[in-house]
Amino acid sequence: MAENEKMTIIVFSGEMDRVLAAFNLAIGGATAGMDVTMFFTFWGLNVLKKNEGSIKSKGIMRKMLNMMNRGGAKRLPLSKFHMMGMGKWMMQKLMKDINFPPVEELMATAKEFGVKFVACTTTIGMMGLSKSDFIPEVDSFAGVATYMAIAKESKVNLFI
Amino acid sequence: MKADETLDCVGLYCPMPIVHTARKMKELKSGQVLEILSDDEGIKEDMPNWCKTTGNECVKIDQDKGIYRVFVKKSG
Repeated sequence: MAENEKMTIIVFSGEMDRVLAAFNLAIGGATAGMDVTMFFTFWGLNVLKKNEGSIKSKGIMRKMLNMMNRGGAKRLPLSKFHMMGMGKWMMQKLMKDINFPPVEELMATAKEFGVKFVACTTTIGMMGLSKSDFIPEVDSFAGVATYMAIAKESKVNLFI
Repeated sequence: MKADETLDCVGLYCPMPIVHTARKMKELKSGQVLEILSDDEGIKEDMPNWCKTTGNECVKIDQDKGIYRVFVKKSG
């Protein structure tokens, strides 16, 4: 059998609306028979953080950063009209109205169709995170060379 | 047109009808026909395009009172 076409998405953003778009596209590619890889970097790593427990890091600046930037798929703010969570709550209600799944469900669907999750080790290092802060669905921890190797063979490469 | 199975996707929006279709198609044998019911207008563009990329056949799309009935035949 011929090799499947490939698609990559760099998820740089950590906001719910942008991340929903990223997963929607990933699922679109995967259900069309493509091998999809999502690279989570910078704020995008928040999507892959565990929702439970606390994040332990060393140094006052990293501690502060991880307190303000806790992350977890359930905690992502809206990029617009977040209004301290009020806007997000309303957006989630509207999504529910049209039976649109939340981020965690789209993530599970993406996994079901074989989408690969890669977490950026540079950001992990800079933010003082460790592998145990991330959900087990992460397939690998890597950097730009890994991304490029896949991206140059891919038909669709997106940055969100 | 007679379908082997029917999927009710009324009330669902992109990408969910495609997700359910992709799931169901894995269960079907080649030559079998899946009927998808949807009230999302996007389906009449999305399903033929999904079929094009996956190599399945979008046999026809009927419309009745805002409900689209899409027939997809699984290819071999």
